[in-house]
Amino acid sequence: MSEPFVSLSNLTLSYGDTVAVPALDLDVVEGELIALLGPSGCGKTTTMRAIAGLLSPTSGRISIDGRDVTRVAANKRGIGLVFQSYALFPHLSAFENVAFGLRLQKLPEAEIRSRTEAGIATVGLAGFEGRKPAEMSGGQQQRLALARSLVMEPKVLLLDEPLSNLDARLRLEMRTELQRVQKKTGVTMVFVTHDQAEALALADRIVLMKDGKIEQLGTPHELYAEPATAFAAEFMGFENIFRAEGGNLVSDHGQMPLGFAAAAPMLAWRPSGVVVGEGPFRGTVSASSFAGGHREYVIETPLGPIKADAPIESAEVPLGESVAFDLPETTARALAA
Amino acid sequence: MKNLTAWAIIGATLTFLIGPFIIIIFAGASAGEALAFPPDGLSLRWYLKVFTIESFRQSFVLSMGLAVFGTLAALLLGVPAAYALNRYDLPGAETIRTIVASPIIVPGIIVGLALLRYLVIPLNFTVTMALFLAHTALVLPYAVRVVSSSLNNLRSDMEEAAVLLGCSRVQAFTKVVLPNIRGGVLAAFILGFVTSFNQVPVSLFLSGPGVRTLPIDMLAYMEITYDPSVAALSALLAFMSLAIVFVAERLLGFSRYV
Ligand SMILES: Nc1ncnc2c1ncn2[C@@H]1O[C@H](COP(=O)(O)OP(=O)(O)O)[C@@H](O)[C@H]1O
Ligand SMILES: [Mg+2]
Repeated sequence: MSEPFVSLSNLTLSYGDTVAVPALDLDVVEGELIALLGPSGCGKTTTMRAIAGLLSPTSGRISIDGRDVTRVAANKRGIGLVFQSYALFPHLSAFENVAFGLRLQKLPEAEIRSRTEAGIATVGLAGFEGRKPAEMSGGQQQRLALARSLVMEPKVLLLDEPLSNLDARLRLEMRTELQRVQKKTGVTMVFVTHDQAEALALADRIVLMKDGKIEQLGTPHELYAEPATAFAAEFMGFENIFRAEGGNLVSDHGQMPLGFAAAAPMLAWRPSGVVVGEGPFRGTVSASSFAGGHREYVIETPLGPIKADAPIESAEVPLGESVAFDLPETTARALAA
Repeated sequence: MKNLTAWAIIGATLTFLIGPFIIIIFAGASAGEALAFPPDGLSLRWYLKVFTIESFRQSFVLSMGLAVFGTLAALLLGVPAAYALNRYDLPGAETIRTIVASPIIVPGIIVGLALLRYLVIPLNFTVTMALFLAHTALVLPYAVRVVSSSLNNLRSDMEEAAVLLGCSRVQAFTKVVLPNIRGGVLAAFILGFVTSFNQVPVSLFLSGPGVRTLPIDMLAYMEITYDPSVAALSALLAFMSLAIVFVAERLLGFSRYV
């Protein structure tokens, strides 16, 4: 791995006496798009605000591009932040919003104009220069906020749940847009999200956080295929997680014999990894829904409800019917704890 | 039935609100020598006479000056105070809020007496100076309140965005906060201006020979001369206030802030 571009070492962040992030270590490579992923309240925003300089760390060090910036003021760090709420300036036009930071640098008017226009064009907002933020749609505001940060040519661009205020279709569109802008500008991006699909689709690497600590760090493929813990597995869509104890699968509801020798204290299956219609176990279908390419079942078993996806070609099992199923070794993911 | 009651209440309210105004307009337009309603015939002579009374002219200038500069001073103190109370988790913020609001709660006559007793007499303040301080203090709570409410509607992440784009804290305030609360500041100015201009109790103790605010001067005038010119002047002042509020409403939807 190359030299870290952004480096957080032993970073502790607190609000008063409450520690939100204890002793965080994280290295980000230049030009990388890294996602901070985790449930609400796990410290993603807090970490991001500390990198930006809006929150002073209780202890630890932040360095950017080889320089210790722990004590450098937020307006001198050269970092861009796209706020969850966009935080656009309502009294200024789209053009002036984007030009705001350039004007502060007292650049020649011609340069301000050309860079602002280029920034607005980069996010596909050409023609909207005269509009006030209130006269723009959510997606356009989001792009504007992105352009406002990008024209400053920040060393690092931080984005706090930038897509969470958009509707599902627009979110997909903006996802590709972000990726395109990142590839085009090559800016190092730290991207916060609580949506695993978003993180998987966008990031070069994912930092999965829990209670202010890094639960797992890896490429999307690593996290998706090889979650290390029950928390990571659950986040990555392994919805059926059980303890493996003495040849049995155990849950809070009860237990079932396990057909193979467990290599780890916990085993997890995605719904798509559960076989429906054949296998050594039996359960009762308590819910069934059509999901396009497959059918989603909830099967009541001695272990409690198990979620299972069956291919759409297979015969539909009616509600309340007993059905055979299997939790095969081949699709099981072994978890540490 | 319900409708009828509602209209009766609205009618009564309007009568009490607008009634006195109408009475004053007509009392001032009397052709007679004494203040009376209904007026003794109609004429504009008292409306014209108002402008020839020297003491009214002087006290009008004083009241105008107090209202403009006292309110400006109150805003100079009040806007940063409102900002600090709003944005920072200050220890004792509640206490500060209460103290700032106290001129609203404490009767003006007490404020006036206290200023006289503790500023004018022992410190040898001029009466004008004391009046200026009194009017500033009087308007301050309104300034803090009105500005606070428009600050509440302004998200603080906008300032953080400005800082990350290179602003200092002060620049973030002047370039982002102020432009977005200017409606509230103007509303506070107008409210303060009208409050100050019409103020009687605080000024009562602080008026001296040759230094009187207009309302006090009108009271003094009435004690000696009971003619309709005071009613005429009152009507003119009421029109002035109305005009100011009307223009403000037109300019920025004043009623949103008060
Ligand atoms: N201004 C604040 N004051 C006190 N506690 C806070 C503040 N902001 C966040 N927290 C707490 O810090 C923790 C992390 O919050 P945050 O970083 O906002 O989480 P996330 O962005 O991952 O949802 C949470 O427990 C939250 O309650
Ligand atoms: Mg957050």
